Amino acid sequence: MSSPLVPRAKKLAGWGRYPVQTCHVYCPRSESEIMQLLKSGLPFIARGNGRAYGDSALNREATLQMGHFNRLLGFNPQTGQLIAEAGVLLADILDIFVPRGWFPLITPGTKFVTVGGMIAADVHGKNHHKEGSFLNSVDWLDLLTAEGQVYRCSPSENRDLFYWTVGGMGLTGVILRAAFRLRPIETAWIRQTTHIAKNLEATLDLFETFEGVTYSVAWIDCLAGGAQLGRSVVMLGEHATREELPAKYRQRPLQTPQRHKISIPVDFPNSALNSLTVRAFNQLYFHRQQRKAGRSFVDWDTFFYPLDSLLGWNRIYGRRGFVQFQCVLPLGAAREGLAALLHCTSAAGAGSFLAVLKKLGHSQGYFSFPMAGYTLALDFPMSQRTLKVLDQLEEITLQYGGRFYLAKDSHLTPRRLRQSDSRVETFVQVRNAQQWTVHFASEQSKRLKL
Amino acid sequence: MTAPVLILGATSDIGRAIAHCFAAQGYPLQLAARQRSRLELDKADLEIRYGVSVSVHEFDVLAVETHADFVQQLPQQPAIVICVVGLMPDQKECEQNLPLALKVMRTNYEGPAIVLSLFAQRFEQQGFGTLVGISSVAGERGRASNYFYGSAKAGFTAFLSGLRHRLAQSGVQVLTVLPGYVNTRMTEGMKLPSLLTAEPQEVANAIFTAIAKKKDVIYVRPIWRWIMVVIRSIPESLFKRLSL
Repeated sequence: MSSPLVPRAKKLAGWGRYPVQTCHVYCPRSESEIMQLLKSGLPFIARGNGRAYGDSALNREATLQMGHFNRLLGFNPQTGQLIAEAGVLLADILDIFVPRGWFPLITPGTKFVTVGGMIAADVHGKNHHKEGSFLNSVDWLDLLTAEGQVYRCSPSENRDLFYWTVGGMGLTGVILRAAFRLRPIETAWIRQTTHIAKNLEATLDLFETFEGVTYSVAWIDCLAGGAQLGRSVVMLGEHATREELPAKYRQRPLQTPQRHKISIPVDFPNSALNSLTVRAFNQLYFHRQQRKAGRSFVDWDTFFYPLDSLLGWNRIYGRRGFVQFQCVLPLGAAREGLAALLHCTSAAGAGSFLAVLKKLGHSQGYFSFPMAGYTLALDFPMSQRTLKVLDQLEEITLQYGGRFYLAKDSHLTPRRLRQSDSRVETFVQVRNAQQWTVHFASEQSKRLKL
Repeated sequence: MTAPVLILGATSDIGRAIAHCFAAQGYPLQLAARQRSRLELDKADLEIRYGVSVSVHEFDVLAVETHADFVQQLPQQPAIVICVVGLMPDQKECEQNLPLALKVMRTNYEGPAIVLSLFAQRFEQQGFGTLVGISSVAGERGRASNYFYGSAKAGFTAFLSGLRHRLAQSGVQVLTVLPGYVNTRMTEGMKLPSLLTAEPQEVANAIFTAIAKKKDVIYVRPIWRWIMVVIRSIPESLFKRLSL
């Protein structure tokens, strides 16, 4: 049955739908089929569910679609350790394990990502300041490397390979499967507390005050300027215990009502999101949240994945797509730096639809994004003006000693990346020395000369 | 305790999709394929996901002399048998390589017909059960581009129709499935029109529904029924000059 692996030419993009590239897509069903591609000598990149925003999981010559590697291989109810193939969707894991009383130790803000993708980007969640990035939940992973060997990598075995791979953007080999931990939960509900912060100062104070809370995130109205610059809604959350739940949920604490799903079936006109509509949306959202300020119980899906119920929400940005910008600024420079970034956004009137601020802790990955500080994520509809705003935001980030999240990026230059992150040179050296450069490349790694 | 669903050719994309579809509804499964070891991963996956029990079995569709033992040695008699086995190499290659052509004919017709005959015997005696054969629209009319595969599927379709006729009074359902194009390993690299191409999950869901509704013959995407009406009705004198 080992017929040759045939590619299909397909237009691919990341979640931001910019850039779009025609790629030769391979869909292997077994390790030996990946080996065939490896032996062909064509540099390629593995792709999960395509939720990185830019060109991280695109390679025009060869993109390896890992969708057929979607099996759960083992679960240990004593330890919460789940073993899964790289193409398993987090959404599937949640559907299966939440009703059984388990939740991922670390989750990003969308559930439509794969296990391999979460490892490659070393994703973080609302609990990063307390519990770290996805790396902290990984017990081991199996990596198919440039020499065609499968290595089991963990903090104790093939240690360097492990720490380069988690956060290595798929540029160290093909992640085949991994063991990672889920946490036991008593209920499928989050006890949420919402605070309104009238400006950036107040927002950051809230993060400092509530450092001990497991989950925290701020949604920022980035069109607000002047004295209101950085006004936000800060959401804090803890897994609710059964006792805390209102009586109506207590009977079946692991069941939550089905969320209403809305599909965006067509591209919105490119002009649909302009500073007027975004301003209106922000006002509305802000006031709605203000009314809701205080304590409430929110189901896990709404709390962790608020946008996932809008299937295909990326189409709201129109056919031209959009770009995300996400950086992290070190703690010491955060207050000033964030103010500068928000000023720039607000002054450009570019109207980021979503602006998310979050405190991060340290990270252990050799090339992982997080560092102790504050991370700000913004997104903009694609346009010439947006490109200028991005240039400014990137320069400001550099000025304050910050660095960039490659899973969101489609715009950085090799120079800016190297200026932002002294680890880049080492990563490139290791890639060369290990022959990773020969076999593993994405449009992003080509653009950034990684 | 529900009797299991047996899937012959369970490592195929359609076989896997069928396994997920039935397991999600709580059916225990028996997965059979030539390389039993390849099924172990699916067994783990299905058991974790759906909490159903899954057993795996070695089954070589070409080794027809072993089929009786295979049926005999199953730990439990299945209530539903679904044969997904199929082989479709390049037609040009078959024309040059007659042993390969023979393998196509045997894999798509001889083996499936023999193994389903064995189950038919047992099901007829007990007075219930469901036999499902995945045949093909390619069997509706022989074409230059695909006639080794197509003729074998034509044989299989005729076999299923005859079997259904025989068992009509016995309470045993025989379902013929004509999927049309499906996005699987078999069709990888081919340019397929998306309107006519089903996903493996669609095939699985269609089978599940057709069993519940006691159907005889289904096209997975209804449009194929009309396409085949047209293709069958073209006079041979004209047909032989068309490139299809």
